[in-house]
Amino acid sequence: MTSGSIRHHGIGRAFTTLTIGALALFGGVAQANPHPWQLNLTRGASTWSPVPYHLNNISLAVCTVIGLLVFGAMFIAMFRFRKSRGAVAEKWSHNTMVEVVWTTIPVLILVTLAWLATTGLTSWADTTGSQMTVKVTGYQWKWRYDYVDYLGKPVAKVGFMSKLDQQSDDTRQLDSGMDPYAVRVGDENTYLLNVDKPLVVPVDTKIRFVITSGDVIHSWWVPATGWKIDAIPGIVNSAWANFTTPGTYRGQCAELCGQDHGFMPIVVVVKSKADFATWLAAQEAASSAPAAAPQTAQVAAPAPVSAGGQG
Amino acid sequence: MSYAATHDQHDDHHGAPKSFFQRWCMSTNHKDIGTLYLVFALTMFFIGGSFAMGIRAELFKPGLQLMQPYFFNELTTMHALVMIFGAIMPAFVGLGNWMIPLMVGAPDMALPRMNNLSFWILPFAFILMLSTLFLPGGGPAGGWTMYPPLSLQSNSLAYVVFAIHLMGISSIMGAINIIATILNMRAPGMDLMKMPVFVWSWLITAFLLIAVMPALAGAVTMLLTDKYFGTNFFNPGGGGDPVLYQHIFWFFGHPEVYIMILPAFGIISEIVPTFARKPIFGYKAMVFAIACIAFLSFIVWAHHMFAVGLPLGAEIFFMYATMLISVPTGVKVFNWVATMWGGSMTFETPMLFSIAFIILFTIGGFSGLMMALVPADFQYHDTYFIVAHFHYVLVTGALFAIIAAAYYWMPKWTGNMYSEFWGKVHFWNSVVWVNVLFFPQHFLGLAGMPRRIPDYNVAFANFNMVSSIGGFLFGASQLIFVGVLIHCVFFSKKKATDRVWEGAKGLEWTVPSPAPYHTFELPPVVRDEELAHGHVND
Repeated sequence: MTSGSIRHHGIGRAFTTLTIGALALFGGVAQANPHPWQLNLTRGASTWSPVPYHLNNISLAVCTVIGLLVFGAMFIAMFRFRKSRGAVAEKWSHNTMVEVVWTTIPVLILVTLAWLATTGLTSWADTTGSQMTVKVTGYQWKWRYDYVDYLGKPVAKVGFMSKLDQQSDDTRQLDSGMDPYAVRVGDENTYLLNVDKPLVVPVDTKIRFVITSGDVIHSWWVPATGWKIDAIPGIVNSAWANFTTPGTYRGQCAELCGQDHGFMPIVVVVKSKADFATWLAAQEAASSAPAAAPQTAQVAAPAPVSAGGQG
Repeated sequence: MSYAATHDQHDDHHGAPKSFFQRWCMSTNHKDIGTLYLVFALTMFFIGGSFAMGIRAELFKPGLQLMQPYFFNELTTMHALVMIFGAIMPAFVGLGNWMIPLMVGAPDMALPRMNNLSFWILPFAFILMLSTLFLPGGGPAGGWTMYPPLSLQSNSLAYVVFAIHLMGISSIMGAINIIATILNMRAPGMDLMKMPVFVWSWLITAFLLIAVMPALAGAVTMLLTDKYFGTNFFNPGGGGDPVLYQHIFWFFGHPEVYIMILPAFGIISEIVPTFARKPIFGYKAMVFAIACIAFLSFIVWAHHMFAVGLPLGAEIFFMYATMLISVPTGVKVFNWVATMWGGSMTFETPMLFSIAFIILFTIGGFSGLMMALVPADFQYHDTYFIVAHFHYVLVTGALFAIIAAAYYWMPKWTGNMYSEFWGKVHFWNSVVWVNVLFFPQHFLGLAGMPRRIPDYNVAFANFNMVSSIGGFLFGASQLIFVGVLIHCVFFSKKKATDRVWEGAKGLEWTVPSPAPYHTFELPPVVRDEELAHGHVND
């Protein structure tokens, strides 16, 4: 809700906003998290995330041009060839030349789009050369993050559950009487988009995510990465992201997983490499402290970590 | 006995049976069964629509106001199941029942008793399915796609599976009947390449139904045995694979999408030439395009699964195959526009709905093309962008075509003209509000709102409220349709002529209005100049 966002109150002004927004459609929105009246995809905050953003804009532009031509021709026909204007129907019903042309041109457009998409997809599928591995496990209705390795070294026992923050959870109850607009971190509304303990990762690092599930199918989606991928029991999927900007990036489970499907958000806090190293060392120390049983990281963090703190 | 049976049928020649039970429950008449299908579809449309109203009411603003999340999931699941299997598909079967024999010059469907059975299975299937909402375990809440393992957590799985089996049996019998009618019962001279495009589209659709309904039946049966009989088809703990279900389901599911749109293409291809008073442009290309789309529908199923982690090669294959579909679909749109070009157009209600279909279905096609691009689909998948897409193709696509067909053939069915004024009121309300309803959902999806969630961040509040307002008004607009129907059937004073529309061509317009209980008891003499396509030299 900072740069690029246009805020109006009241439906009456929606159309004005839409018009202005439509002009800004191709301008791109630098923001990674959703904001009111947002019209287009985010450009994201990773090295790969501009790929879907640009494909979206290019294919939308292509479709818009084709649409204007086809619907334009149709509207001209509807005005020129009206019976009320005395139009007399012609008899022809075939024109091979025209048919060949309007079959060939779409094929050429498709080949171009396919080439762009294939290039982008191939780069997405290449998870080699990653410098860090995080295991993501979906549960009804929370996420678990386990740090596997970082810069070639295994990470010892750093793992925790991440679930909807308490304030959102209280507010979202039926007839809670609480105002979703009051769930804020700083000047950002985080209703249903905040967790008790976010995933923390370093910037400028190719991170391989290995993703699975402990019960039903979920889908791990942070729009700032540019992709989502299903978390499926019995299957380990992998994908990668290399964040370019420190910040807090929010997402949600994207595959229907039961009654609280809408209430298992994802928050990724991207820190500078130095900050991340400090954070990781602290986590490792906490998990290897003698009193702490393994895998109690989530219990040992009673203070609600508001993920809004910019990393 | 055999004489008596024959004699009974001969009695029918004098008109419809007098007793309500005999006429409607024991009917073997294609027109009555068609009417039953259409009334059933309309009823289901309002039941499914009421679920949609519940969904839009809960999504009107952030926070949960009306229902628990589980009930919301029941509503989304039931809305889809009822609309797909209860409203859209039976409506097309009803139109096919009514019109195919009239269009090919046949006295009835080839298998009239099976026709009765395939209809009367349906009410029981839907009672079974809808009853789960009132049972202690609740209704299905895992989405209409019923992905395991989630769907296996449902207590109503057995009800839904048996209901789907019944619907599948009904669809397969209906499809067999349509194929048998079209291939065997055409009047002499009604060659395949002179058939109306609507008949062609149904012939191809019927083959799709026979090919894929068994796949669905198999998939849901495996769900049933996984839940109740200890099998592990989809349970990774027992060596199964949850993704296997998705492959089987979408092998059914994608052709199913075209089952719901190909007859719509047929309808539009009948209506546009009538009101443009000009033969359809590129008849052979239109038929070939439908066949192409039907073939391609079998090799694109995994585009519903781009986010499950398919191998790179599979993603590329299914992306290319999916993109190819836009070529024959584009040809159809271009041909409709070319049919209008040089015509002499008037804009009665069926034509208005057809024009809206062409524009709005094409918008749905555009978003479909965008979704075919895998990297972009990684963002679109399972968001409101998808919701917007399939409602553009199913509501402003399939449903608008069904409504257009109802206005187009209603005078032939009832013998009365509907109220053109109220038809246009219905049209303009529908076309405005449906866009207010669904267009903002594109933005919601792009901004990051997942589908099937009962509550959302305040960033999504504005467009959700706009969408809900559109939804309520679109729903209310459909009551106008019911009013127009009731007026036309029971109160309209304006009698329809046999031809009904000045530019109408084809055998169905050669019989009186209303169409008598029995038509074409003797095959008509087919004169090419009376057909929409017979005299067309291409």
